[in-house]
Amino acid sequence: MIEIRLHGRGGQGAVKAAEILAKAAFYDGKVVQSFPFFGVERRGAPVQAFTRISDEKIRIHSYIYEPDVLVVLDPTLIGAEGVNILEGLRSGGKVIVNSTKEPSAFDFHGKNGVTVYTVDATAIAVKNKLGSESAPIVNTAIVGAIAKVTGLVTIDSVKKAIFDTIPRNKEANAVAAEDTFKNVK
Amino acid sequence: MKQVMNGDFAASYGAMSALVKYVAAYPITPQTLVVEKLSELVADGEMDAVFSKVESEHSAMAACIGAEAAGIRTFTATSSQGLLLMCEVLHWAARGRLPIVLANVNRAVAPGWSIWADAQDSISQRDTGWMQVYAEDNQEVYDSIIMAYKIAESPDVLLPMMINLDAFFLSHTSEVVDLIDKKDIEKFLPPYEPKFKLNPSEPHAFNALTSPDHYFELTYKMHLAMEKAKKRITEVGVEFEKMFGRRYGLTESYRIEDADTVLVTFGTIAGTAKETVDLLRKEGKKVGNLKIRVFRPFPQEEVCEALKNAKKVIVVDRDYSYGFEGAFFTEVKSALYNKGVMKPLYGMMAGIGGRDVSTGTLKEIVAKAEGEDPKNPYFIGVKL
Amino acid sequence: MTDDKKVELNKVSDYPEMPVSLGSMLWNKTSSWRNFKPVIDGTKCIGCGICWKFCPEPAIFPTNPPTVDYDFCKGCGICISECPTKAISKVDETR
Repeated sequence: MIEIRLHGRGGQGAVKAAEILAKAAFYDGKVVQSFPFFGVERRGAPVQAFTRISDEKIRIHSYIYEPDVLVVLDPTLIGAEGVNILEGLRSGGKVIVNSTKEPSAFDFHGKNGVTVYTVDATAIAVKNKLGSESAPIVNTAIVGAIAKVTGLVTIDSVKKAIFDTIPRNKEANAVAAEDTFKNVK
Repeated sequence: MKQVMNGDFAASYGAMSALVKYVAAYPITPQTLVVEKLSELVADGEMDAVFSKVESEHSAMAACIGAEAAGIRTFTATSSQGLLLMCEVLHWAARGRLPIVLANVNRAVAPGWSIWADAQDSISQRDTGWMQVYAEDNQEVYDSIIMAYKIAESPDVLLPMMINLDAFFLSHTSEVVDLIDKKDIEKFLPPYEPKFKLNPSEPHAFNALTSPDHYFELTYKMHLAMEKAKKRITEVGVEFEKMFGRRYGLTESYRIEDADTVLVTFGTIAGTAKETVDLLRKEGKKVGNLKIRVFRPFPQEEVCEALKNAKKVIVVDRDYSYGFEGAFFTEVKSALYNKGVMKPLYGMMAGIGGRDVSTGTLKEIVAKAEGEDPKNPYFIGVKL
Repeated sequence: MTDDKKVELNKVSDYPEMPVSLGSMLWNKTSSWRNFKPVIDGTKCIGCGICWKFCPEPAIFPTNPPTVDYDFCKGCGICISECPTKAISKVDETR
């Protein structure tokens, strides 16, 4: 079973990203589970969402404390007050960050077997007119990068999951996911 | 057909698949997405039913009672304070012997205001005469609602049934749910045909004044019906498994045959407990799990049979009967005493108010019971 | 359940599941509750229907003139006091 934790801010769509990832894995024949951090969502506040992907029935119903993969939708969350992005990350884990920087710019890259991957999902979202320029919505775009980095899901299933989940601008969202799939570093 | 959906929607689709014809619900907090989805399904013409938006949960149940008395299959959903507001009419539905099915999202009771998982709401309705099921995952929520109508509408049962699902851990968690085709449902679930119904051409007086000469007998008949319900729940579970391949009974045992310590759990904690059992077995500890799926009627025979070889029994309660202990703990103890089975029992309070119960929490619980005798009930993880 | 018989409830199996009175209106006749009976004078009746509307039982049928079902009339006298033309009289029933 692979456990993925997504970090974002209220309004960025981390919960939907977790759901799209779960659906994509389901289309690829996996058993899945996805859920938000249980609480009251507020725009801008740090939020978490979770996805479990497995070949067998998922019996566990509790939070993810030791993720295999971390996804950061907003780079300003790294080092933000009261937020410990890396908490519980397994050694050899992967961290996918929405950032303009190179992976080596993050000091935890290469430590404890952790590998950082970056992709400028914000620029890709803006280019595809997802959300507004001041508040782009990167959730669909980032799932493309997760597909590439982890190999857990195929990009075709990601696109299908986007079409099934996102109510409008389906095509643009799918294009954005494909874009990050190709451009993640 | 398999789909990824949250527990709320699994409940909505359960009602639709069970060919429910009438839904009455209060649409505001603490209501959940269960009825939002149902109103959508009805409005879009996907579900052939009437949806009544009413002004309170009390009215929702009252409306369901009216429709059910007219011979219509009904459904409603609620949560926490909403279920508490329904209390008076829950008794009406049960003593009126109306097989209504209700989905309750288990949430803590206010104050402090809470939207998180806790079984206090439904446990406090224990004595209303409703059958109570606690689901472990979203598939079980969906399947249980379909089975509920077959059980509740049995002429020798005729009792309403409450399907409980943990807030967030199921209600907001997306999982794979296999939906059953309508033509298969029709083979499994016969149409609802009550013996008595509101009908001007065959007038009866319903729920009339009942003197001490008769009330006692009606209560005794409810006792017989609850006993019969245990049998029906098992039978319907077997039939369901034959048709759809998924097994549900009154209880579910996991690796208890040779277990020294058995955890007794319900709801989503049961799934996490099975995971914990596997982890502890890898450490060489002989631990098992007994999931209590049906709380009313209480399956005392099955519980005693499952626990007969255990050296220690730990009951995990996500509820509390103030001034005593967790409700499941009381019931398990009482069932064992009734059958003359005596052994060390521990009542552990966990997950109250939505606090996460992880495999770590359950390991801690087992360790606590294996150490010196803790005081009952023991509040695991409370910040003293 | 329209048979005109009182159901005997002697043992648990005689009871219906729910507290439903089987055909109670048919067997539970209430004429013995009455110590007089209302009698309608058809010549004074104007067919307004007030007696039919006010009868709480309801034991008055809206025929012209109205008819009283004496199996169920409990003798409350409401029809007598409400009739605008005083067409209903109180008739002694001493037996």
